[in-house]
Amino acid sequence: MYWGREAEIMLRERLEALQLTRLKETIKKAKKSPYYGKLFDNIGLVPDKINSLKDIEKAPFTTKNDLREHWPYGFLAVSRDELIRMHSSSGTTGRATVVFHTAKDIEEWTNLVARSMYMTGMRKTDVFQNMMTYGLFTGGLGFHYGAEKIGALTIPSGAGNSKRQIQLMQDFDTTAIHIIPSYALHLFSVFEEVNVDPERDTKLRIAFLGAEPHSEKMRKRIEELYGFKAYNSYGLSEMNGPGVAFECPSQGGMHIWEDNFLVEIIDPETLEPLPDGEEGELVLTTLMREGMPLLRYRTNDLTRIIPEPCECGRTHRRIERIKGRTDDMMILKGVNIFPVQIEKKLMEISGVGNNFLIILEREGFNDNMIIRVEVQKEFFSGNLKQLENLRHKIVEELKSDILITPRVELVEPGSLPKSEGKAERVIDNRKD
Amino acid sequence: MTAYQLSIFAENKPGRLAKITQLLANEKINIRATTISTSGDFGVINLIVDDPKQAHKVLSKEGLTVSLKEVIAVVIDDKPGGLDKLVQVLAGENINIENAYGFVTESWKNAIFVVEVDQLEKTREILKKKGFKTLDTESLSAIEPFHYLKY
Repeated sequence: MYWGREAEIMLRERLEALQLTRLKETIKKAKKSPYYGKLFDNIGLVPDKINSLKDIEKAPFTTKNDLREHWPYGFLAVSRDELIRMHSSSGTTGRATVVFHTAKDIEEWTNLVARSMYMTGMRKTDVFQNMMTYGLFTGGLGFHYGAEKIGALTIPSGAGNSKRQIQLMQDFDTTAIHIIPSYALHLFSVFEEVNVDPERDTKLRIAFLGAEPHSEKMRKRIEELYGFKAYNSYGLSEMNGPGVAFECPSQGGMHIWEDNFLVEIIDPETLEPLPDGEEGELVLTTLMREGMPLLRYRTNDLTRIIPEPCECGRTHRRIERIKGRTDDMMILKGVNIFPVQIEKKLMEISGVGNNFLIILEREGFNDNMIIRVEVQKEFFSGNLKQLENLRHKIVEELKSDILITPRVELVEPGSLPKSEGKAERVIDNRKD
Repeated sequence: MTAYQLSIFAENKPGRLAKITQLLANEKINIRATTISTSGDFGVINLIVDDPKQAHKVLSKEGLTVSLKEVIAVVIDDKPGGLDKLVQVLAGENINIENAYGFVTESWKNAIFVVEVDQLEKTREILKKKGFKTLDTESLSAIEPFHYLKY
């Protein structure tokens, strides 16, 4: 049941000792990069000053902006001849950030993805269809390599082209897929359109949901629609990509691979480290990277560490599903709201369909939130009152959760813009 | 006697009804009566057509959210008090009308009153007992509009 038994169930003391050794190595390696070399000299950081894991706090944070400012080679700790791959973040604002990998980096990354997939029960007998964009985005190649490492037949179907995806699943008996959660919901409507029941007419049994924060309710809905188990996957291109943290069969949080990453949770305002269990921004330090080691990288992702040990026996701690990103937080009338919070509430309400869109508007000094919600086809019984009740219920449920009264508009199923990539959930029309 | 009404969920914006009527026109489905009830930005379009099952199929296939609903189509007199006679009976039996609309079939003689009620079976029984004639889909579609007969 373990891909790498020793690494996965290592006693905490041993794991932490290993982390310390690797942290010292990482500091040494990072010093060779133009960016960290100069920075360490300025603040007088030398590997000898790192004597405990807590000493990581002596190192400065690294932000996405630092990566941008020292683009492209400022963080490179090896000669360019050593590199075999580059990836670029899916960042939509500003200049994209690049991450370089040596052959060993790719090998380590591949091992983590294989470990993650194996953990959920994927084996060499599985047929894996990777419905993610191949290319600069890490979700495609990251999973591709991991699946091949396990030895599963891998179908690099890429993103989009829903009807062909379904055809491939049927033709080659796909058992496992990697898919963006919002696309999984959209794809289901295509299954209906072509009259194929994913539960009855395919052999799908495992799905890896990645590249997009989503709620537990959304996972449940996807599992129910398709009749498979869906596992949450976390990663970011700066930390390789997928395979940073992953759910085990207990589906209660994602094991973060601590032999490869040193984990901190900080208060995003004060930047102070927070104790286990408290929610804050996830900060990661690479422990195995050669090409481009990163120290205390601020992920912008909000989560908490689950302090309790997991029943699966793995000693690597778990993080909770990502609550949101510090940069996709909406501030409305002084209240902080994350799209995922709204998604979670909506998915709890029966009658709500598979897609929604949040529109923020300003009228005078007043900010308004309009939520366009698709109605579930089966829910409609031809009754206007039923729809009005649904709208009322959505407003009330959201009001009690986000403390703001949104204007809810019910729209026809399938009428909101569909995305075959990450779903666009928020349109902010507020102009200053 | 069972009559069916198509109810279609539609956003309240230009072109939604046109889309529906076009699809039905292409299928040669005849619309006998229609009402629209709205609630701000969305509403429900109710249609009585000559082939409700086929219409349901066509509209669903095009991705519309359609529900096929049983309604009661009652024949009433097209004269003062004609509707009152029916509605008094329903009121007397404590039956609530959720939605209703009518159309004339033979001027100054007959009209059809379509009612959606909360207690379908009970309403049917009562109407039968009180001597009202109700129509099923087939006879609804066979009705000739009054102007063909009279003009």
